[in-house]
Amino acid sequence: MNPEVLLHLDHPLTRLVLGLVCIFAFIGLNGLVLVWVERKVAGHVQLRPGPLHVGPHGLLQPLVDAVKLIGKQLVAPAGSDKILYWAAPLLAFAPATVCFLPLPFDPNLAPMRLNLGLVLILAFSGLGVLSLILAGWGSNNKWGLLGAARAVAQSVAYEVPLLLSVMAVALTAGSLDLYEITAKQGAWPWQWYGVKNPLAFFIFLVCAVAETNRAPFDLPEAESELTAGFHTEYSGMGFGLFFLAEYANMIIVSGVAAALFLGGWQGPFLPGIFWFLVKVYCLLCFIIWLRWTYPRVRFDQLLNLSWKWLTPLALLDFALVVIVAGFGG
Amino acid sequence: MSVSQLVQEAYTGLKSLVIGLGVTGKAFCQPGVTVIYPKEEVDNLASFRGHVELVGKEDDPAVPRCVACGACVKACPSNCLTILCPVAAKEGEEGGPVKMGPAPQKGSKTPGVVIVDFSLCSLCGQCAKTCPVDSLQFSDNPYMVSFDRKDFRIDLLARLRRLAEQ
Amino acid sequence: MQAFDPKTLRGDLSAARFEPGPTEDKLILSMGPQHPSTHGVLRIMLELDGEYILRAEPILGYIHRMHEWMAEQKTYMQFMPNMGRVDYLHAMAWNWAYAGAVERLSGIEVPQRAEYIRAAVTELNRISSHLLWWGAYLLDLGAFTPIMYAFDDREMLLDILQDVTGSRLTYSYFTIGGVYGDVPDNFASRCLAFTRQLRSRLPMYRDLVTDNVILRGRCEGIGEMDVELARRYGATGPVIRGSGAPVDTRRAEPYGVYNRFDFRIPAYPQGDAMARYMVRMDELETSCDIIEQAVANLPDGPITAKVPKTVKPPKGEACFAVEGARGKIIVYVRSDGGPKPYRVKLRAPGFSNLSVFCELSRGTLLADAVSILGSLDLVIPEIDR
Repeated sequence: MNPEVLLHLDHPLTRLVLGLVCIFAFIGLNGLVLVWVERKVAGHVQLRPGPLHVGPHGLLQPLVDAVKLIGKQLVAPAGSDKILYWAAPLLAFAPATVCFLPLPFDPNLAPMRLNLGLVLILAFSGLGVLSLILAGWGSNNKWGLLGAARAVAQSVAYEVPLLLSVMAVALTAGSLDLYEITAKQGAWPWQWYGVKNPLAFFIFLVCAVAETNRAPFDLPEAESELTAGFHTEYSGMGFGLFFLAEYANMIIVSGVAAALFLGGWQGPFLPGIFWFLVKVYCLLCFIIWLRWTYPRVRFDQLLNLSWKWLTPLALLDFALVVIVAGFGG
Repeated sequence: MSVSQLVQEAYTGLKSLVIGLGVTGKAFCQPGVTVIYPKEEVDNLASFRGHVELVGKEDDPAVPRCVACGACVKACPSNCLTILCPVAAKEGEEGGPVKMGPAPQKGSKTPGVVIVDFSLCSLCGQCAKTCPVDSLQFSDNPYMVSFDRKDFRIDLLARLRRLAEQ
Repeated sequence: MQAFDPKTLRGDLSAARFEPGPTEDKLILSMGPQHPSTHGVLRIMLELDGEYILRAEPILGYIHRMHEWMAEQKTYMQFMPNMGRVDYLHAMAWNWAYAGAVERLSGIEVPQRAEYIRAAVTELNRISSHLLWWGAYLLDLGAFTPIMYAFDDREMLLDILQDVTGSRLTYSYFTIGGVYGDVPDNFASRCLAFTRQLRSRLPMYRDLVTDNVILRGRCEGIGEMDVELARRYGATGPVIRGSGAPVDTRRAEPYGVYNRFDFRIPAYPQGDAMARYMVRMDELETSCDIIEQAVANLPDGPITAKVPKTVKPPKGEACFAVEGARGKIIVYVRSDGGPKPYRVKLRAPGFSNLSVFCELSRGTLLADAVSILGSLDLVIPEIDR
């Protein structure tokens, strides 16, 4: 092979572009797989088979659904703000793509090494709320408006404990780079930060479920109260993009949790990327399991939980970590 | 509220959440209860009320027991039965074409046309109950599908003859 | 297409009467006829301040099917299938109320075997109605799996009722003077097997749902009503039993053979949605008790009294009250001596239960309104008839 081409391959821009292409493919494939997993888990929890007839065990069902969604007419309701209405799904999808870049899949596969990877992820996941607001307001629909208003308060409330629990782990590891935090943990469960600091793990999980608007915290899209909340007026590809963005967000928070608390790529015998994906999928299955078990919390109970329980606990945990780090050196 | 009460509250809350996860987890591992049609079918259709059908005579199953009295037509809340039998010819018109009129008709003891409009029927059973000779019963065919409304106007005499041949 | 102009938009008549023009800082929301949680085509106009409800007004009539008018056009026996469609979830109770009214008017005495069968199938139907209510209530609150477990339990029950009546939902099994057909020989053993199975499932319901901290937060303290409020509006059934008053038509005005059964009437004093929930869960066990007693003592005999082909009650009027799953069902029949009724009045318990909603929902959150509606156990076709 031409040595000049190899030089170009190592160029940071090339790595970035290649990384983005891989990420788009990853999100797309994972979206399909996750839809199938969710519907199958939902089915079996509810004593029924889930998708069964399209392809073996329903494996082609998400593909067929995607084709159906793409083929639908793109309708906007009368009186809606066209720019906001169509910008919202795109804005939901874009930050999710960026947040995949710092995730530590494997020590050798870094599209972009940032020493502030964690901050990038937290910053861009905050942009997701903006898309909910634009969707709710731009739909010209009172139900959407209520959903959007709920989404704002919920996201703001759960950012604080999330940040605190993440900071506790970052303090223990001494870095904000996900690669370094993962490298500081070991291959076995007792070496993971999830076992050393279970309170932070628990708080992070609860806040992650709330930030991605998954049940039992799915108030902005509360199906039975708000007739689908902020995405009431969306059908076809707009809805598809929201859906895909929700699954992408779920993968991101599971990836961050796996990296921070479950040792990331560390694991015996097998290559790193395998362990990372196993841990991510275990967490995803757990989040899906939660959805099909619990009813929805009420809005003020949601905010109570965040401000009165999780934030003080996260502060307590942070203080404990500081003290332990001070003693341990 | 004291700290110990808060801790107690948090403990019972978390315990209930974990127990709930256990219930759904156990259900996940159990086999499903769905009967996957058309590979499998339910097995208790004998008592299911399908549309009404005629009962044949014991010695001649293709002929219904019906005596064209019209009681079932009167009893139906939704007017879904149509029973036509030959009208007795008036004097001077003998030999002409046989006219059909709604049951009961003088001198007519067998029906000529028996049609049930299943799209109107509410499966109440009044027709079967009112029949003096027990000529109507419920069939057990639940898989009635069609692309055409006319298929739901069921010709019961033809059906009886078809079933008697089998 | 014309753009929306708030100054000229009048809305429909009900909306205009509720709030004539655009408002400054309150949101007028029509929890419209199409909504996942209103259990039918119920429209509720809401005036919201943020998420707090200031005013609520239900608007009925979207499924008015003129049952009472139909009664005047049909003969007495032809009207029976209509009663199964008024409240399709507890069709047997409406069947009983109508048959009982006509029998009381005509002086027909129902044979003992038919009375015991009537009690057993009505209680079975009550269990199926409560199980469906439980699943649908949790669906409103956001839990998607308990409805599937409830329907799995209902399958065994519906199989029993299918073998007895031939239908699974809109039963028209009662006739004037008895029941349509005899029960099969294995009816008693199947009923006992079912009650055993249901009792063994109740702990699972308690673990998954009743003890769940999230559900308790959604139900406790929501929609508190005291007994006086319930009495003023005429609320009956689990709604008033959930406010502490153990009022049950089966005990207060016994009909059929209910005075021979020994059963408990559950009542909880708190008056909130959780109390109504617990009343209905306890009623599942009460119905199991009644079924076990009824099938154990099933006497032999005819299943219908000798009644002419065309029932022609003498001139007069009669009322019959039955305890339905939602409350007290009263059917009033007035006859002028002919084959068709002169007037049939159906008193639906859901209508009175719904009227409490306006007062209960004032000052609550929108999510609480959904919870209150679910706890009242409304079936809108019964309210609109």
